[in-house]
Amino acid sequence: VTEVAKVVADLVDALALYGRSVSVSMRVQLQDRVSFVMQTLAHLLATGIEFLAIWALFHRFGGLRGWSLAEVALFYGLADISFALSDAVGRGFDQLGSLVKSGDFDRLLLRPRSTVLQLMGQELTLKRLGRLSQGLAILIWASHAAGVDWNLGRIVLLVAAVVGGACCFLGILILQATSVFWTTETVELWNAFTYGGNYTAQYPMTIYRPWFRRFFTFVIPLACVTYLPAVTLLGRGDPLGFPAAARWLAPLAGAAFLAVSLGAWRLGIRRYTSTGS
Amino acid sequence: VSAYRAFVLARCRVLLQYRGAALANVFTQSFFGLVRIMILAAFYESAAPGTVQPMSFTEVVGYVWLSQATLALFPWGVDADIREAVRTGSVAYELCRPLDLYGVWFCRALAWRAAPLTLRFVPLVVLAMVVLPLLGLPQWRLAGPASPGALALWAVAMVGALGVAAALTTLMNISLLWTGNGQGVAVLLATLTMVSGGLVIPVPLFPDWAQPVLRALPFVAVLDLPARAWTGNIAAGDAAWVLGHSLFWTVTLVALGRAILARGLRRLVVQGG
Repeated sequence: VTEVAKVVADLVDALALYGRSVSVSMRVQLQDRVSFVMQTLAHLLATGIEFLAIWALFHRFGGLRGWSLAEVALFYGLADISFALSDAVGRGFDQLGSLVKSGDFDRLLLRPRSTVLQLMGQELTLKRLGRLSQGLAILIWASHAAGVDWNLGRIVLLVAAVVGGACCFLGILILQATSVFWTTETVELWNAFTYGGNYTAQYPMTIYRPWFRRFFTFVIPLACVTYLPAVTLLGRGDPLGFPAAARWLAPLAGAAFLAVSLGAWRLGIRRYTSTGS
Repeated sequence: VSAYRAFVLARCRVLLQYRGAALANVFTQSFFGLVRIMILAAFYESAAPGTVQPMSFTEVVGYVWLSQATLALFPWGVDADIREAVRTGSVAYELCRPLDLYGVWFCRALAWRAAPLTLRFVPLVVLAMVVLPLLGLPQWRLAGPASPGALALWAVAMVGALGVAAALTTLMNISLLWTGNGQGVAVLLATLTMVSGGLVIPVPLFPDWAQPVLRALPFVAVLDLPARAWTGNIAAGDAAWVLGHSLFWTVTLVALGRAILARGLRRLVVQGG
């Protein structure tokens, strides 16, 4: 029992510390109020206009392999909400490259707290609120326009999908940071999986080639956290033929992916040697 | 003029050092290219039979690859060095140089847009033209220029693209004098260029009523006009229009940038001690 109490106390302590770092980060960002509002508005517009482009394609072609604009909007909203959440929480990992190069990462290692927690606490990026609120608005419109029949099960599934999706994108951000231990430079290659993953998940997986789909189902499980839950919410049969149980449990794949990337992160830290100076 | 030329060449030499980054970038761009093509292919297959689109699918594929290959031209954001100079106050030194500040910043932007382009354009074009058919995806490959005339028009349009892109980048940099971090204006301007310039979807696929407006705006000069020239989507007879468009907008944007910079410098307060 004392063991369990100790684990719980550690967890509470860690969360309290994370809360403190986050509140400092938020206060910093709110110092320049005008710039903050401009940035949030700009991000809101930027992501909103992206959806306008999807509308334009529907306007010209009339449909997308049997999917309507409202249905695609559900995929779009789900992908954007998950991505915005992970991006807001995980942007601190972006700074790992410069921390390793300057040798400042040693300071994080010396502190008696987990490095993941410290890096996440570096910054909670508020300007991602723009993408988040845009994604929410589109999700609400889509669920109305596509006639989603809400019940308790579906609400739970939606929450699970958003959490699973955020876990999945956060896992990619952590893997991107982990690669820095080998390359010391943040490699742009990963943008294909972060921004590219978000872009891919905005459309139903059925429109992609089978090999591409398999990659985003079994290697990076984005299809499990956006496509499968969205199809279930829409009450459509899944054209890819996944069994019903798999469709309800799919969001768990996001958490599993996050666990794997945290494992990789620990491997990377063990390999880390300071750049010195 | 020789001072400005030296400036461009020196910046280019610095920027050409990042060859590994360019390789990683080629991977990312080809990934985005593939996804964009798969999405557009699905839309093209969904069109009602018999409807005529403003671009053939082959033209759209070429358009996507060319826009990914020339993405480095794209005015993404502000120059980090200039942002630091404005923040720390060392921009004051730049004012002491016996060179025109707008000219120096424009040259920086020109080098910043041109140097990475040379490293990325060739590998991606080779990949899209030669490697894709070898991988068994010939329908997604980039076809060569539609005709010798199309190639010539493309070359001219690329010069115009460089001019407009550098002028837009300089405008973003000048906004630093007001905003400090330049994020708001830069994100807005970059988004406008991205959407109305053909990066999100090809410009000709927007609704027909929007076409006259989109074509009059400067943003098509960066990616859209060169890509359409290469694929033969612009008739050779429209060459004069392409030329006039880029020339008009380069001159207008430079004049606008100069006017705004002059205003900004009048009220510039150098911070720090």
